Amino acid sequence: MTNAPDQNQMKTEALIVGGGLVGLTLALALAKGGLKSVVIDMLDPAQVTDAGFDGRVSAIAFANCRMFRVLGIWERLASKAQPINDIVVSDSRGPRATGKGGASPFFLHFDHKEIGNEPLGHLIENRHIRIAQQAAVEAEPLITLIAPQTVPHVDFADDGVTATLGDGSIVQAAVCYACDGRGSRTRDAQGIKTISWGYNQTGIVTTVEHERPHDGVAQEYFMPVGPFAILPMTGNRSSLVWTEPTDLAPAFMALDDAAFAEEVANRFGDFLGQTKPVGPRWSYPLTLQLAREYVRPRLALVGDAAHGIHPIAGQGLNLGLRDVAVLAEIATDTARVGLDIGNIQSLKTYERWRRFDNVALAAGTDVLTKLFSNDIAPVRLARDIGLGIVNEIPPLRRLFMRHAGGGLALGGEKNLPRLLRGEVL
Amino acid sequence: MAKATEKLSTTVDPDEIAKFSALAAEWWDPSGKFAPLHKFNPVRLGFIRKTLCEYFGRDMTTRTPLKGLGVLDIGCGGGLLSEPVTRMGALVTAVDAAERNIQTAQTHANEQGLEIDYRHSTVEDLALSNPQFDVVLNMEVVEHVADVNLFLGTCAQVLKPGGIMIIATLNRTAKAFALAVVGAEYVLGWLPRGTHHADKFVRPGEIRDALTPHGMEPQPPIGVSYNPLTDTWKLSRDTAVNYMMVAQKAGN
Repeated sequence: MTNAPDQNQMKTEALIVGGGLVGLTLALALAKGGLKSVVIDMLDPAQVTDAGFDGRVSAIAFANCRMFRVLGIWERLASKAQPINDIVVSDSRGPRATGKGGASPFFLHFDHKEIGNEPLGHLIENRHIRIAQQAAVEAEPLITLIAPQTVPHVDFADDGVTATLGDGSIVQAAVCYACDGRGSRTRDAQGIKTISWGYNQTGIVTTVEHERPHDGVAQEYFMPVGPFAILPMTGNRSSLVWTEPTDLAPAFMALDDAAFAEEVANRFGDFLGQTKPVGPRWSYPLTLQLAREYVRPRLALVGDAAHGIHPIAGQGLNLGLRDVAVLAEIATDTARVGLDIGNIQSLKTYERWRRFDNVALAAGTDVLTKLFSNDIAPVRLARDIGLGIVNEIPPLRRLFMRHAGGGLALGGEKNLPRLLRGEVL
Repeated sequence: MAKATEKLSTTVDPDEIAKFSALAAEWWDPSGKFAPLHKFNPVRLGFIRKTLCEYFGRDMTTRTPLKGLGVLDIGCGGGLLSEPVTRMGALVTAVDAAERNIQTAQTHANEQGLEIDYRHSTVEDLALSNPQFDVVLNMEVVEHVADVNLFLGTCAQVLKPGGIMIIATLNRTAKAFALAVVGAEYVLGWLPRGTHHADKFVRPGEIRDALTPHGMEPQPPIGVSYNPLTDTWKLSRDTAVNYMMVAQKAGN
């Protein structure tokens, strides 16, 4: 609470509020385009890489892996990444299903060999991504990371933005990128409204050790209570994500280790031998939230601040990273022709480019959730047939994979941002 | 026509500065009166940058690829082109026949901390002192001049041998009349009525014929088209309405 802001004034090009997975990727991408940024995050960088902080894993789509490669994140991460070679989606109780419902005869199989040599994606623990990003940021002179620090106020004027930080210091920039997540204060302070839906579902996440190797196969099951996924991690480990009605979730979270292990074993099945939960468990309520506007003069919302989708298809972070690829390209191209990166026209270009993709995926996962989260016979038949049909038609399946992998753009690959094609800015 | 070009800094009048500052704010408001120019700016700047980088062998990925190039911006208006070209590293001299525009542009450049040699002048007056530029930018000018042949001849004169000229203008076609005059001025109201007179629009062949006698080698025109769905301009093959042309001057 010092009151000598003049002693602490910084001038930069981009102010990034929020130094999470999306914010740091954005800073690195801008730096590749020669743009300076100041990133402010409220959390201590050492704390967020601790194993206890965020137990989640992310399935990074292949196009985003390409971007990580270009940004120098991948080289620091490769040994921690488990390639996903196949994804098996089915409407059943699991590989060794027992009990009511039984295994459905229809399932969907995505094999990466159908679309090329790249794996469909990589499964990486979030904390490893954070560690790699922080190292890359440290090596980048164009980025200044200020954390832990808050941003109580951002003033938007015709000729620039001025942020007042928690300690009274001032950061001036041409543009502010809000990467401060679902509950974005930057977004709310500007009066940008959001639309949201709750699913009354909570996702429970834990890591499971198993006897036999998973061979890089991800399994996704659609259960009446909600989706359930087994995602291959490095070694004989998998990340287990399952959903429960929100009112039941606390009971699962409160179970003792032995009882929880039994619940996990019931869901996981024994197709990989004996299982054992390792490490802590987490729970996250599932909601869908979309901002009505992505941009204002000198402001762009990025990642979850713009769109928080149901994590059913593991696409939340991937969408945020695609925002980054597009925004960094537009900012770079704008700066390179000597124009102001905060100008509303170039920000509108970002909004138009991203909105279609984000809304399509949000709507898609919303429909999937509703379709799969019930056990009414005709709906069940319809979804079984739906999956069966996609499986029978290879072009449709390849289309699904490309979209999930982030390698699909309206009008073909040439409309993908350069970073998602694995090219430099 | 030789008018004294006085620098603003020599006769500082706060009221005058406030007036030009307000005018500059109007010129530079992306959704204001000059919105169509702001929308057009990225595509023409991108074209200028790419053309000059290729021609002078500059690195496309730097922020200042035009470093050290002497550029003349004709008909600079509020400086919408001069400022970004200066940021790309060029040494810009900019002329406009309207004194008000020059003072507006100068005020804005001062606010931005950019050094641009703004002159209230015509290219004909400027040519009297025989300056030599690496690049002459003739963006959205030729459709407003009285004598295209004389004007382009003078522009060629102030270009160094081996220098390059970029021209952007409107074609004299029925489509251009329909879109650029009826559409932009009367239907959409983007531009004030009377901004353009279709009979003054210039065909690419006329530009070619005006330039070749002066040792210039004009290249085929490149179209610029508006996409109403995305509200953006893009380079295209359609040269019937807006187009750009590049011409280099023979010599080293």
